[in-house]
Formats: sequence, C-alpha cells, structure tokens
Amino acid sequence: MDIQFTEEQELLRNSVQRLLKDEYSFDIRRDIVASNEGWSRDHWRKFADLGLLAAPFSEEFGGFGDGPLATMIVMQEFGRSLVVEPFMETVVLAGGLIEAEGSDAQRHAYLPIIAGGGEIWALAWAEQGSRYDLGNVSTSARRSGDDFILSGTKTAVIGAPWADKLIVSARTSGDRRDHDGVSLFIVDRQSAGLHLQSFKTVDGRRAAEITLKDVRVPASGLLGAEGQGTAILERCRDRAIGALCAEAVGAMTELNASTLDYSKTRKQFGVALGTFQVLQHRMVDMFVALQEALSLTQHLVLSLSDGETGVSKLASGAKAKVGYAARFVGEQAIQLHGGMGMSDELNVGHYFKRIGAIDILFGDPAFHLMRFARTS
Amino acid sequence: MELKLSSEDAAFRDEVRSFIAENYPQEMRVLNPETDLSKEQSLLWHRILHRKGWIAPLWPKEYGGPGWSLTQRFIWEQETSRAGTLPPLAFSVTMVGPVIYTFGTDAQKQKFLPRILSGEDWWCQGYSEPGSGSDLASVRTKAVRDGDHYIVNGHKTWTTLAQHADWIFCLVRTDPAAKPQAGISFLLIDMKTPGVTVRPIITIDGSHEVNDVFLENVRVPVANLIGEENKGWTYAKFLLGNERTSMAGIGRSTRYLRRLKDIVRTEVPKDDPASGEFERDIARVELDILALEATELRVVAQMARGIDPGAAASLFKIRGTEIFQRITDLTHRVMGHYGLALREPAGGNNIFMPGPAYGHTATEKYLNSRKLSIYGGSNEIQRNIIAKAVLGL
Repeated sequence: MDIQFTEEQELLRNSVQRLLKDEYSFDIRRDIVASNEGWSRDHWRKFADLGLLAAPFSEEFGGFGDGPLATMIVMQEFGRSLVVEPFMETVVLAGGLIEAEGSDAQRHAYLPIIAGGGEIWALAWAEQGSRYDLGNVSTSARRSGDDFILSGTKTAVIGAPWADKLIVSARTSGDRRDHDGVSLFIVDRQSAGLHLQSFKTVDGRRAAEITLKDVRVPASGLLGAEGQGTAILERCRDRAIGALCAEAVGAMTELNASTLDYSKTRKQFGVALGTFQVLQHRMVDMFVALQEALSLTQHLVLSLSDGETGVSKLASGAKAKVGYAARFVGEQAIQLHGGMGMSDELNVGHYFKRIGAIDILFGDPAFHLMRFARTS
Repeated sequence: MELKLSSEDAAFRDEVRSFIAENYPQEMRVLNPETDLSKEQSLLWHRILHRKGWIAPLWPKEYGGPGWSLTQRFIWEQETSRAGTLPPLAFSVTMVGPVIYTFGTDAQKQKFLPRILSGEDWWCQGYSEPGSGSDLASVRTKAVRDGDHYIVNGHKTWTTLAQHADWIFCLVRTDPAAKPQAGISFLLIDMKTPGVTVRPIITIDGSHEVNDVFLENVRVPVANLIGEENKGWTYAKFLLGNERTSMAGIGRSTRYLRRLKDIVRTEVPKDDPASGEFERDIARVELDILALEATELRVVAQMARGIDPGAAASLFKIRGTEIFQRITDLTHRVMGHYGLALREPAGGNNIFMPGPAYGHTATEKYLNSRKLSIYGGSNEIQRNIIAKAVLGL
C-alpha cells in the first residue's frame, strides 16, 4: 500500500521542504507567533508564489488534480516546521468546500483568489455545547427577500481574526440537533452585525468567538444545497482529517528524531540516556506509533483520493488512532527530554501543543473512536 | 476513606477542619494558586499558620514544631489537601529547615529557623544543573575555599520560585578529585550576594515558575556550610527523603476528580458518542485514587507501629503523579473546543478566554502537569529504586 509518488509530487515536497528550511526556522516561527498579527503575510505570499495554495485544487485552478495527496504532502511538511499560517483553514477547509460543493460562479469567483494567496478564509461550525457534532447548530438563517439573515454565536473559529471571509453553518430549518436543515453561508468578515472576540490558541494561532446579530447575506452566498450543510460538513471533515493526520505525522517525525538524537548525546549516570533499556523500548514504541500513524494516514488519503465509500468511517478511525499515537509520542518526547522538554525555549513543547490542538480539531480521539465503532 | 481515629485524633481532625474553614484567606482562592498569587499573597496562609504554631508539622517541638504524632501529621496533610489550601513553601519548611535543625550548627539554627517559621526568608533549591537531570551527584558548580569564604561558580537550573527567594541552598563540588557523591558540600547562599543572577524560564504552559540561577564568583562565608565539607550528599539525600513523602497527593486528586465529574455533567450530554468513554475513564481514575489512598493509609498505619515504609515514597510518587496527569488530561479533553485556548499566566496577553470559567485553566494544568513525572527524580528513576530496593533486582 506504499504510495508511489509521481515526479511532480516529489517536486512539490522538495520545494516545500526547501522553502521551510530556508525561511521557516523555529526562531522565525517564534517571531511570527509573537508578532501582533500572529501570522506572516510575507510567508503566505511565498506559499502562493510556490503554488502551494493551489496544489490541492483541480488543474483548472492551478492544482495537481489529486487534492488529498497534494494536501498530505504539504501538511506533512507544515507539521514538521509547525507552520501557523492558515493553509488548513483557507485552502483545505474553505477551498475544499468551494471546489466540492460550490456553484461554478462561486468556484470561479473564489478559488483563483484563494490559490493566489489573496484572501484568508475560516470555517465557523462549532457552537457552545455542540462539542463535535457538526449538525448541532442553533445559529439561525432566515430568508428575507433575496437575502438570508444570520443570528447566533460560533465558537473557537481558528484563523477568524486573520480572515477576510468566513463560511458559517446556520440552521435554515429544523431543530437544534436535526441532521437536516443546516446550510452553509459565505459571509464577509466585515459584515455589519458580525463581532469577533479573539484569543490565542495553545499552538500559537489565533481564534475567535463570533457573534452574528442579524447579519445579512445575499442568497448567492449560500454554499451547497440548502439544508444539506451537515452532510457537506461531514465530507469536509473527512478531508480535514486526512490533512490533520498528515500534519500530526510530520510533527511526530520531528519529535521522534529529536528525542532519539537527545538520547544519544545526553548523559546521565555517566552514560548516554539511550543506553537504558527502558528508554530504548519507549523509543521503539514511539517509532512503532509513527509507523502506524503514517500508514493509516496514507491509507486514508488514498481512499479519499479514490472517493471510496466508507471513507468517513476510516477517517474517524484514523483520527482516533493517529490522535492516540501522536499524544503518546508527544508526551514521551517531553518525558525523555526531561526538564528541557518543559521549557518554552525548546521546540519539543511546541510540537506537543500542536498535537494537542490537532487532537481537538473536528473531534478528539475518544469521539472518533466511538464514531468509528458505530459507523457502518 | 478514613483512618480509624481515636477520639482524641477525631477531635483534632475536627479542630483542623474548622480552623481551615475559618482562617484560610479568601484572597488565595484563585484559579491557579501556584502561578497566580504574588509572593505576599502566597505568604498570607503561611503567616496565619505561624501565628497558630502549625507552620511546621514535621519539626520537633524544640525548634518550633507543634509536637504532633505521626497520625496527627497525616490528618493535617489530609485535611489541608482536601480543603485545597496552598501548602507553605516546601523548600523552606519541609526541605532546608529539617536539614538545618538536623545537621546545622547552633548559630545556623538560631539564625535561620525562626525566619523560616515566620516566612521572613523564602528559600529555593539549588540542586539541578544543566546536564544533571535525575543524576544529582553529577553536580558541577564549584566552591573553592578562600580564607573564611568559599568562592562559588556554577549554574543551577529549574529553580522553582527563585524569583522570590532570599536564600538558596546549594549542592556544590568542593573536591573535584573525589568520586561524584564524595566531593559534594551543602551551602546556604544569600541571594543578595553579588554574582547571583536569576533568569526566568518560561515553561510550555506559559507560566514562570522556574528559573536559571547563575553563580559567578559568589563569596559565601564558611559559616554557611552545613555539616562537614564533602559530606553534602548525605544531607541532600536526607532532604530528598522529605521531598518524596506526601507525593501521593490524594487530597488534590480527589478534589480535581470531583470537579472533573461536575464539568463532565455540564459539558458532555449523555448521548454524546464519547459520554461512555468519559464515564469509564473517570471510573478508572477514581479506582486508582481509591487504591492509592488505601495503600497510603496502610503505610501510615504501619509507620505508626514503627515499621519502615521502604520504597513506599517511590510508589506514591509514581502513582500519585500518573493519576494527577490523567485527571488534568481528562479535564482538558472534556472542555472540547475550549481546550484550544491557553491562559498564559506569565506576561501573556490572552485577556479574553472563551468558554466557562471552570475550563480556563484546563490547558495550562494539563501542560504543566507533564513536569510531575520528570521532577523530584523522574518516574523512571523511581521504578529503578523499587526494582533495586524492594525487588532486589
């Protein structure tokens, strides 16, 4: 099941690697995270120039035509360098939704801008009390002439403080927890009645709680079929999980490498840490965890790419398995680095925190474990 | 779970309970006392206990201890941790105090003990060094005799709350030629001495608890040497024995578990797919606590009969820290999306925190508790101790 990457895909990986190696060192990232904005437009521009922001789209929009694989390649490298810029939110989530579900007019209006790095997008689906249920929506959208009027609150919207546009889930019919009746809307971030309360996230990004008070959205802002938003978001989540798993694999790769390296140089009781059998076995388990995570991620990405039925169950399985594996690797990387692992100065803790955030996004391992168990 | 108490001990427990209820300062009931209180605020309870004569339960009466029995001391531990009071600074009261009254000179006792009891002096611990980790005997900080002084040069690290400290007790190498354990001495150093510099270390939870302490040509009077030169390892081990007791943290874990259950009830609806998972995970931790508490009570009862607890401290450290880490993990997990936010207590500018207040410290607690299995002798080291001392391997 090993993926034979095409020459073009290898080129993509090499060019991402080179760019990040030259321009996204851990020190540069630290400065970006500490800056007022919290992300780097300059780097975003470079990602666009390199074609990364187009890569997952079809050839028509400058991409490779094999979205999940291109996404995996980019996200794995972004995971290794802890890139904070909103590739996930803008390209994978919003771009993916527009490409898969949008009208021709929407695709042509938005995808070139996204692929060219012209706009940042964010996806607002979660609400207080919704936990990880995509269909648990109380934000309402009611028709008013040619427009929809949106009211409600959205929670923990990653990248919202940076965003030009939001995709917002709102209920056009049914009760709060009905699967049907949710619709998606493209909402301008500067819309009247839309209010953000921003906060920093544990992994050095920015997010916001969003209040919508009678926000007017033209009917042309409806994304996908009215009332089908939950099913649309479920497909979006499957793609997102492929991307997040790839990112987690990238982070685990770096954690394992630096732990192994540290265990060979750090001395305790006169010998290198790596000579203690208990730690050798721990690092073997970390290695095994990474191998399993990588395999399952590739398996999921191939299934996404082939559009196989049952991919949603597999996505949940991967989110659970990779999530537990990454958590194990992260916790043990800190443990084996000892006090240094606790320090903000070292990159280990930052990988660990990103892994913790990936765990939460679109549902934690326990949620997906049970969803895997209950999905046929 | 309770010890079977005599009527005197039961009366003592009631007295302790009501004393805490009536006297613990409201000002100290903040989200995260370890990081959120100023030096002065964290000393409020210390001073109240000092006035009451209860500040140093471990100390013999002649040095200012309350003269409690082992059972009474245990009751005190249990009641204070159940009530969630901030313990008096361990480095002063539990660590250096007993070293001074056990191995110090009369002059040292007279100078330091009253100031520890009153809270006038804040002590920090100069044990760890870059590169030393759990291997404390690898101390490289050097102290060279120069007349009535030692000249100390070195670098201590992970020094908890050194930013508040008036004094630091240090392991220093006085005989570079001797075997690692043999050439170490135990020195008391005034933090105001020229050449002492403190640099903050920010940890992954964004807090400032620990520091680097640099010692550059620091002149320390020979009168500040504890016991004999090159015998410091003996005193250091004596101190570590005190550090590792009460590591089980039953009271704290019980409190956090109760809180976790409340949060789960509010945050996770019964029909959430993970609801059963939480129920099962919480039940497991609850049983872990119960088993550890029963073990602790059994050991306390044995100690009261004069039986050596052996490596029980290592067992308490391993299980106590694993349990607390698990609780903070679950508490973080139960907060769902709000677990993405981090409060950043040290100079962070996260003014707005999303979600209900009971979740605002979930992320930092989870991150911060990773240290528990590392410090005080890592859990791997504790397992080695049991393997060697108990199993004879």
